[in-house]
Amino acid sequence: MSEALLRASGLHLAFGGVRAADGIDLDVMRGEFLAIIGPNGAGKTTFINMTTGYLKPHAGEIAYEGRRITGLSPRAIVRLGIARSFQLPQLFLEHTVEQNVALAVASREGIWSPLVPLLRPGYREEARDILDRFGLSAIADTRADALNEGARKLADIAMAVALKPRLLLMDEPTSGVAASEKMAIVETLVTVLRDAKVTAVFVEHDMDVVERFADRVAVWSQGRIAALGPPAEVLADPAVQREVIGIERHAATPEAPHA
Amino acid sequence: MRKLEFLLALALAGAMIAAAIAAPWLRFVLTIALAKGIAVMGILLLLRAGQVSFGHALYIAFGAYTVAFLAPRLNDAVLLLVVAAGGAALLGLVIGLFVTRYRQIFFGMLNLAMCMVFYSLLEKLYHITKGSDGIRVEIMPVAGQALDRIAYEWTIFGIALALAFALGALLRLYLVSPMGEALKGIKTRETRLEFMGVPARGVLLAAYVVSAGVGGIGGALIAMTSRHVTPLLSYWTASGELVFIAILGGAGGVLGPFLGAAAYELIRVYAAASFADAWQMILGTALLLVILFAPGGLWGMAARAIGGRSR
Repeated sequence: MSEALLRASGLHLAFGGVRAADGIDLDVMRGEFLAIIGPNGAGKTTFINMTTGYLKPHAGEIAYEGRRITGLSPRAIVRLGIARSFQLPQLFLEHTVEQNVALAVASREGIWSPLVPLLRPGYREEARDILDRFGLSAIADTRADALNEGARKLADIAMAVALKPRLLLMDEPTSGVAASEKMAIVETLVTVLRDAKVTAVFVEHDMDVVERFADRVAVWSQGRIAALGPPAEVLADPAVQREVIGIERHAATPEAPHA
Repeated sequence: MRKLEFLLALALAGAMIAAAIAAPWLRFVLTIALAKGIAVMGILLLLRAGQVSFGHALYIAFGAYTVAFLAPRLNDAVLLLVVAAGGAALLGLVIGLFVTRYRQIFFGMLNLAMCMVFYSLLEKLYHITKGSDGIRVEIMPVAGQALDRIAYEWTIFGIALALAFALGALLRLYLVSPMGEALKGIKTRETRLEFMGVPARGVLLAAYVVSAGVGGIGGALIAMTSRHVTPLLSYWTASGELVFIAILGGAGGVLGPFLGAAAYELIRVYAAASFADAWQMILGTALLLVILFAPGGLWGMAARAIGGRSR
């Protein structure tokens, strides 16, 4: 965990008068699980959107494995090995869960084969294997629009994992998931990602999840990083507890969806 | 389901052949229905992506005029079909590069605009196109064989039927391939495709080119059957007719366009013969009934009847 996989320096982005990124400097180290916390509107999703090419910063740059990726399209960035999941799961609603994941597998391999089925042996087995690891095998044949929120979240992340990324950015992977299922889902997720040696950045509002699973935590506040370090240290900081965790515990409205 | 669909296709083909033998005048109607069915497969492809083209008659007209212009030089139906398909696909590529940047109503209307530009050119460039008089197409050899009128009409009917089968089978494979499934993904989550590294516009463009190509084949068959082409082939009502057939037949499976086209042509012929002033109303009523009581179209009804899931 000594080398920076992703390096963001001096990122600035404003929407009108709102500064969503106001000088963000952040290194994401290879192999780590970095949690991003902060109140709604602090710019957490904006950071993910900038890193994955959906938004272009007004200033600053992002480098991945030493290569500048600022301004590249989402398509180009995902091909370099950066995938993402969404706060509002972005599944193909008229496809089954298996087809969703198989389509991600196919897109990694190149989808330009018009006469061979998507669910060909190789793709189907890989999709089944991923669904198995995520505990989604039982709903493989269910259409995405018939899933509950927890299953949608996992399927959304499973699709991102099917792209075999080296860096995965997850936007609130546990929001909308029933409290009783949350820890089990994160446990599953972390196991899958650790096995696949994926570096992960995840926006999270549940401090128990952060404390238990993150290697480091970055605290976002008004487009800036207010604190960064090991969870035990950062979450014990009175200022963080007062200004961020207090807000987190009382936050009722989810952050506005992007992408 | 796949086997049942194949058997249903065989039954439909058998019924068409039987009808063409029993009533020779129906051969013309059914060849036109097959040609339109082939063209409507292109509409079905775009509907998979949630896009409706109100201008695909452009490619039918292009295919038909390709036959009319080149028949004196190439003078072989098989060659002309290949050239018409290739030419229409190429035109589809050029226009598709522009229109696939847009979605929904903008996509539909831009296609309509292109189609009407082509219509105007056909109408106004009289010295080349003979304007609204149109161009007559003579009976031509097929694969080097000179044929009399009856043999020629049967042969074109046979070619249309064989092409309907072959292209239907290929389209069926296309729809369940990664490209076909990604096309369907455009309808619900286009953004996700981009975040998976898939160029959604490229996926739609590929489908658009295929749809233009089959439109060209349909148009070439229409020219070879009616043996007279006019700018009306590219008029906006002709594009509407294709969408009408697609909805009537149902977009759920590749048999839909052919069920829709056969029903459309037969209703039109019989309604026009029986109620000369009201045949459009009868067609409209038939479509309304389908929309209200069978949203999956005739194919949806057939699929339910044979107890499977439409594909």
